[in-house]
Amino acid sequence: MERPAEPDMPREAPALGPPLISARELSKVYRVGEQDLVALDRITLEIAAGDFVAIMGPSGSGKSTVMNLIGALDVPTSGQLLFDGRDIGALSVDELAELRNRSIGFVFQQFNLLARTSALEQVMLPLLYAHPRPADSEAMARRRLEQVGLGNRMDHTPRQLSGGQQQRVAIARALVNNPKLILADEPTGALDTRTSEEIMQVFRDLNREGITIVVVTHEPEIALWAGRRVTFRDGHIVDDIRQTPYTGAAPLEGGVPPPVTP
Amino acid sequence: MSFWDSILIAVRALRVNLLRSVLTTLGIVIGVASVIILVAVGTGASSEVDKQIKALGTNMLVVFPGSMRVMGRSGGAGTDIPLSEADVAGIRDKIPGVVAVAGQIEDSGPVVRGNTNWTSSLSGVHAEYATVRDWPVVSGRDIEPNDVRTGAKVAVIGATVAKEVFPGEEPVGASIRIRNVPFEVVGVLAPKGQSVMGRDQDDIVLMPITTARLRVSGKSQVQNDRVGRIYVKVDESSDMAAVQEDIETYLRQRRNNRAGTEDSFSVRNLAETMKARSEVLTTLSYLLAATSVISLIVGGIGIMNIMLVSVTERTREIGLRMAVGGRRRDIMMQFLVEAVSLCLLGGLIGIAIGVSASAVIAFVANWPVLVSPAVLGGALAAAAATGICFGLFPARRAALLNPIDALRSE
Repeated sequence: MERPAEPDMPREAPALGPPLISARELSKVYRVGEQDLVALDRITLEIAAGDFVAIMGPSGSGKSTVMNLIGALDVPTSGQLLFDGRDIGALSVDELAELRNRSIGFVFQQFNLLARTSALEQVMLPLLYAHPRPADSEAMARRRLEQVGLGNRMDHTPRQLSGGQQQRVAIARALVNNPKLILADEPTGALDTRTSEEIMQVFRDLNREGITIVVVTHEPEIALWAGRRVTFRDGHIVDDIRQTPYTGAAPLEGGVPPPVTP
Repeated sequence: MSFWDSILIAVRALRVNLLRSVLTTLGIVIGVASVIILVAVGTGASSEVDKQIKALGTNMLVVFPGSMRVMGRSGGAGTDIPLSEADVAGIRDKIPGVVAVAGQIEDSGPVVRGNTNWTSSLSGVHAEYATVRDWPVVSGRDIEPNDVRTGAKVAVIGATVAKEVFPGEEPVGASIRIRNVPFEVVGVLAPKGQSVMGRDQDDIVLMPITTARLRVSGKSQVQNDRVGRIYVKVDESSDMAAVQEDIETYLRQRRNNRAGTEDSFSVRNLAETMKARSEVLTTLSYLLAATSVISLIVGGIGIMNIMLVSVTERTREIGLRMAVGGRRRDIMMQFLVEAVSLCLLGGLIGIAIGVSASAVIAFVANWPVLVSPAVLGGALAAAAATGICFGLFPARRAALLNPIDALRSE
């Protein structure tokens, strides 16, 4: 899927496409000792391409489990999960790795950057595992770092970067393979309010370019940025609503509507 | 992920804990260094033994006279019935498989030429001596049958004598005096080097055995055709042991020795004795080789240990690599390459230490020490193999991690 970075990107989220993720009767059961722990109980959920979805819920609600499944890090116990038409449950470990490599970008709460490694090399990491390996890996990584506003810090190591900058490196890393989906797990959990807002603006902009974004969070303020909010509790979906996304406290240009709480 | 990427990642990971990496490789270092020293000294020793066997003369038997026991005391070689010219002739003519025979009587004394005075070993020999001993003459001629028959006053000198008595001069044709008897130098022997006992074999003057008896050593009180020892060259296709037995039987008959009594002579195969000695050396080096193998194993366990620590420390990194698309085999390769790099580092340090130590041994012991590229390659291969063997388990453990758990680990 080609997404040319046009200078005047659309102000509003683009029209939603066909489902990128389609879960039917999806269950995940962990075996803990002698007991079966039902982390996800027959949920059905569709996420359309181009959507911006916040997944919410208290810990133990199943939101992390659903994120692992959507992110092809884990396979379901029962039910069906299609990612872009491919059945996750039928894929081998290596095929899952390849799917993650091609189609999914991860952003984590703790950034998960490699120690003593420059920003540029961090961003190039997913390309290291790509088949075939793109010839212009470095140029691709540079472009993504520029996109997240770190064009002048390419050779900085994590220690030389602030928390917000580190998370931007992580976002550039998630973007470098031109993924269909960006999956962010508590992306602002380790950041202060102002930096959190900056990071969410990055996600908003990426979504406007057409990338599907799923943010797992327990903070309601973060969930406001999404166009859809799915709430989990005890392995079930208890709430699934569409909302007008919040677009930032200090709009850069034009009149952007203030946050709307449905 | 390409192999080259794996190497870059491995080198970076090892650099982060440089001290730990180097300490970890210690077992490998010791293993590789000892292998190299061992092989260097071992091959040096065996090539030295080979040289000495060659210097003795190949396919050669030596007959020594026996010793007489008087009141339980041994009188030393030659005190019993000495060997004689008749023994030499008999062995030459009657024993099948004998190519050449030469008797020798030994003495020592000063070799004088002008103001130069050099005490050397003086040997009276038969004409075939040089052939029997595989000892060619490099200039001039050998002692010939006619010299022995006539008791000619001619001498063939060893390389050391040539160097000491005729520094920078051509000895052939010159004259030397031994015990006030003038001798004409007719030939110079090829250098032979040290004997097994460390004696300089080139410090020698050969003369016809008849001349030696008559003019140098003086006549034996017991027997005037005494021969000190007899060198026997055996045909290559003949069985050395059989010929040795034939000679013993013949000499026993000549001496009317009764069965069961002690022989008044001994026939020895010096090369065999020496080979036996070198076999001891070989056994010893096998033992040391086993030691270095054990050292490599211990070193390998050290590598495995540190790799397991490394996998544990970097669990989150492994999780991340898996999340961004690293397959199991990529992770496996990364840690395997790291273990092998660690071992190769140890191997290189070990080679440096081994080669230096070998050079020091060569210098101090004045012993030929051979370090061949094949040995260095073999040592590195052994180190790499150790890395693969002991890196496999930690690498597998890393590759089989669950990405979710790995990402969540602290």
